[in-house]
Amino acid sequence: MALDVATYPIIRTVGIDGLLVSFGDRLGEPANRAAIAFRAEVERAGWDGVEETSSSLVSCYLRFDPLAVRHADLEAKLRALMGSRDWLEAELPHGRRLHRIPTVYGGALAPQFGEAAAAAGLSEDDALESLSSARVRVTALGFAPGQPYLGQLPECWDVPRQQALTPKVPKGALVLAIRQFVLFAVTAPTGWRHVGQTAATLFRMGDARPFLLAPGDEVIFPAVSEEAFSNMAADPGGGASWEALP
Amino acid sequence: MSRALFVHRAGPALTLQDDGRPGWITYGLSRGGAMDRLALAEGRALLGQKGSVALEMGGMGGLFEATEDLRIALTGAPMRATIDGAPLLWHASHLLPRGATLDIGPATSGAYGYLHVGGGFEGPELLGAVSAHLTAGLGRAVEAGARLPVGPDRGGATGRKLPVEDRFGGGTLRVVASLQTALFPEDQRDRFAEEGFTRDNRANRMGVKVNPDGPGYGVEGGLSVVSEVIALGDIQMTGDGAPFVLLAECQTTGGYPRLATVIPADLPRIAQAPAGARLRFRWISLDEALAAEVTRRRLEAELSRRAVPVVRHPADVPDLLSHKLVSGFSSGDHHDH
Repeated sequence: MALDVATYPIIRTVGIDGLLVSFGDRLGEPANRAAIAFRAEVERAGWDGVEETSSSLVSCYLRFDPLAVRHADLEAKLRALMGSRDWLEAELPHGRRLHRIPTVYGGALAPQFGEAAAAAGLSEDDALESLSSARVRVTALGFAPGQPYLGQLPECWDVPRQQALTPKVPKGALVLAIRQFVLFAVTAPTGWRHVGQTAATLFRMGDARPFLLAPGDEVIFPAVSEEAFSNMAADPGGGASWEALP
Repeated sequence: MSRALFVHRAGPALTLQDDGRPGWITYGLSRGGAMDRLALAEGRALLGQKGSVALEMGGMGGLFEATEDLRIALTGAPMRATIDGAPLLWHASHLLPRGATLDIGPATSGAYGYLHVGGGFEGPELLGAVSAHLTAGLGRAVEAGARLPVGPDRGGATGRKLPVEDRFGGGTLRVVASLQTALFPEDQRDRFAEEGFTRDNRANRMGVKVNPDGPGYGVEGGLSVVSEVIALGDIQMTGDGAPFVLLAECQTTGGYPRLATVIPADLPRIAQAPAGARLRFRWISLDEALAAEVTRRRLEAELSRRAVPVVRHPADVPDLLSHKLVSGFSSGDHHDH
């Protein structure tokens, strides 16, 4: 509730069974890193009564049984952890992955690539080089299961959402706005520009780890030709690969 | 023939539901599960079983037929229901004989009715639950022509009913302050608990829109609030200023500012409010909310003890099937009635 307190991190209640530790009031790389690192530490601590944790853009959320553990006791533990270090300087946790998801930029598969390049003030060649070499982090997943927000792209990509909604982009669409990508897990409408198309499957039932991406993972979207893409579409993983990050 | 329930006719919003899938918020998947979790617990108590999967019926039921004698229970929004034409008591358990026709019509109040079967419905488990989560693309709606497999029944009584508080026509919802309450001006927070609201026609498993009697709600710069985690019962203010109460299939994060959170004990009441129902909100403290949660859990734990036999004069009941008091049968056994 302490929104007037300007010094982050802050703790707020979420419903009757949640506490939220926020590291900023807008998306920024350090606040996102802090949220991911802090959540990893809370998971490691394994406090009694905590039933679920998650990290979103700038916050770490804990859902707990409020009849098994008192708010004040959990808050005290959180405050001790918050004060134990400067979380904005924290290293990202271990166990993250670096993914490579082949992407077709522009053409019929990604019709707004040219428009987005123009909005960024880049030639199409430079835009292709910039986007296909960018290494972005999964800042949060949401909207649909397994669907990532990825950031941050170079400053030239601070382009606004478009005025009108695109009625439909297909599953696997890579869309862009305000220095972020979203990679669509399902076919959906969007106000972001459709700059690339992947064959990635973000949510696969029956796998030990059903979601391809986790918060904190990093992703590169290397450019491939439409021809290479059509071959990948038959691959259940859509040509995506990953390696463990140190 | 294996135990199953045939669906000969289906209302527009039939899905299999259980307790949903807690634990996947960080991957963007909300819990889902039954819209009225109390109705789920009531059905389980009536049939003396735990964790079973029920058929959730939004607004209207359907026409059903069992391949074997089944114990059934009807809970949640009362609907007009008959077995072979004989009317059935709601909030009660019954015997559905093999081959008989169970006809469940429109809700007479409330929004979501539940059909439970002894042994529960069986279906593919996805991430630890059978629940359909249509927003997330998990599972699918149950349509006419479906054959729903039913698990083995350990047996037990039928012809039992539960005294149920009427939560099917709106009323007062208790709310607590949440992470963004302080963003809203004080006069809006006060007015929220003073004026009345009407449940809009717009509602689905993601949530319910409620229209204030007075002007809309909102915060200065509300559209630039950073996306934050959403809790069940959060009351979000979208562009038009009408509150939207977020329910089972809500998104996991959202950027619209949220004024308050409906406490778990009152979620069945908002989920069951039919279009046009009158609603009010009442702020309570976190301590009061926790006391209400103690009560909610105690009442839920006591449900099976509160189930009582349906006692009616035989002369009032033209068809004895609808009034069968006790039917002890178990899986695989076949009984003639």
